[in-house]
Amino acid sequence: MNFDLTNDQKMLQDQVKKFADSVLAPVAPDIDKSGEFPWDNIKKMAELGLLGIIIPEEYGGAGFDYISLAIAIEEISRACASTGVIVAVNNSLAGYPIMQFGNEEQKKKYLPLLCKGEKLGAFGLTEPNAGSDVAAMETTARLDGDHYILNGTKRFITNAGEAGIYMVFAYTNKELKHKGMSTFIVERDTPGFSLGKHEDLMGIRATANCELIFEDVKIPRENLLGKEGEGFKMCMNTLDVSRIDIGAQAVGIAQSALDESIKYSKERKTFGQPICNFQMVQSMLAEMATEIQAARMLVYYAGHCKNKGMTRFSKEAAMAKYYASSISVDVARKAVQIHGGYGYTKDYPIERIYRDAKILELYEGTNEIQKIIIARELTR
Amino acid sequence: MDIIVCIKRVAQTAEADVKIDSSGKDIVKDRLTFDMNESDTYALEEAILLKEKFGGTLTAVSLGTVQAEDTLRIALAKGADSAIRIKAEDFEGLDGYKTAQLLKAAIKDLKFDVVFTGCIATDDYYSQVGVTLAELLGVPHATLVTKIDIQDTKAQVHRELEGGLIEHLDMTLPALFTIQTGINEPRYASLIAIRRAAKKEIKVIGASEIEPTGIQANASLEELFTPPAGKRAEILSGSMDEISAKVAGIIKEKGLI
Repeated sequence: MNFDLTNDQKMLQDQVKKFADSVLAPVAPDIDKSGEFPWDNIKKMAELGLLGIIIPEEYGGAGFDYISLAIAIEEISRACASTGVIVAVNNSLAGYPIMQFGNEEQKKKYLPLLCKGEKLGAFGLTEPNAGSDVAAMETTARLDGDHYILNGTKRFITNAGEAGIYMVFAYTNKELKHKGMSTFIVERDTPGFSLGKHEDLMGIRATANCELIFEDVKIPRENLLGKEGEGFKMCMNTLDVSRIDIGAQAVGIAQSALDESIKYSKERKTFGQPICNFQMVQSMLAEMATEIQAARMLVYYAGHCKNKGMTRFSKEAAMAKYYASSISVDVARKAVQIHGGYGYTKDYPIERIYRDAKILELYEGTNEIQKIIIARELTR
Repeated sequence: MDIIVCIKRVAQTAEADVKIDSSGKDIVKDRLTFDMNESDTYALEEAILLKEKFGGTLTAVSLGTVQAEDTLRIALAKGADSAIRIKAEDFEGLDGYKTAQLLKAAIKDLKFDVVFTGCIATDDYYSQVGVTLAELLGVPHATLVTKIDIQDTKAQVHRELEGGLIEHLDMTLPALFTIQTGINEPRYASLIAIRRAAKKEIKVIGASEIEPTGIQANASLEELFTPPAGKRAEILSGSMDEISAKVAGIIKEKGLI
């Protein structure tokens, strides 16, 4: 048992923290307001290797472990929640499944593009009528000679508007239910593939969240990931990994809410003294800090499970995602409370943090779904 | 081109509540964060830029406790080829003179064309080490350097003076430069470089490797204290314009702009 970070994790944390504070944080309010996708940030992060944290060096990545991934995503999200999820999706929802399930040609072709940020990744699972109920998916892929013909619509897809490589889930055999689901690598410029509605989100507003529309899209057969029928399994395995990211994003967002609250509570005076002297404020700060640290430990533990090669760590990943996102929303709420009326204005970053936090309980599986996963593992 | 850069790990006190410890000679450090001294990050970047331009070797040296190895590893990740830590725990009474002597002992057998240091350390504000080290090494130096242009063994150097003046010097290498902040834009280490640096050995030398003869401090720290709060405060009165004019007048009179 060792709670110390390794030398490379310490350095990673130090450098990403500094980068996030001086490069990402200053533009976070602007891209929240404009919704503009932060390509400048992405290019800089590509140079540092942050777009392929867990991808092996031979494919253009940095070859770090999953606790390091969590450390980096936390630091990025602390400065800018939008940028945090953009990087998380590229690493874990696009890079990871190709690295884990792709053949050598697919890895050589797509991973360096993702790592360099030449093409960003996106993950097309959710549909207008299939969110928590993944099996209700309507998108289909029919084999026709050397191609699959893809039809369907995906919704709420992070990075969609700016990505170049999409992991798309579709039924190759609907009668087999989830065992008839397959995964395809779809390139942006494929004829018949277009973008639909751009979502005007409450938080994480700079994430190019769009609909994907597939109308008789011809996907080369070699872009099938793994084998037909393995899509659901790949999807669940990939979500276990990406829940480390989302847990880490939640910890980062919560940490920024706490940092702002500590600063504000020491400066703001009422009744002749700083409000951090008041026990009700202290109570909130103490709860926030404790919950954040507990969440961070759950996230690191899920990363540790993946590091040691556990094939399924769904319970640990779900616990990390569920707890970290719940407390993140609660910590952000308390942070607004500590800021009082000022916290409800755009003069302080806390209202943005509060809006950004809410998505955590919804995406990558709602928290209700996380609880089902945990309970199923407990009772099976 | 062979380059040496001296770096120091310092407590980050700019925004911290600084308290004096029970010895009366140091500050309470257990709640402070530590990092590479600010001007040293610029000195390191200047060293890396020079190495990238001319090739050669870059060695980072730090006098510090074992935690200074974290700081040296960042230097390795950013571009230093090797790193040396001088064990601060082996030596007492480290003033600027003694620090310079220890640095000299650590680098005297290394080949170098340029030595870089930061212009000032933000923990003790001595600004002595670079200059003293240059004297001990017998090489010329320039302080508060804001630009360096090197051709063969000649260096054109800009120094920043008060009042917006720049001094231009021509110097011959080998030489030592103490670097002012803002001379460049320090980089962040890439993730791959971090992984490689984590595996590199840091050479550690202490009392058993450094001949102690003649190495001594020439000043000893007697006491740290916070001065009593001053009694001179002036409340300005009048309209907003009048007060503004008075404030501007005071600032000008005190030479603050």
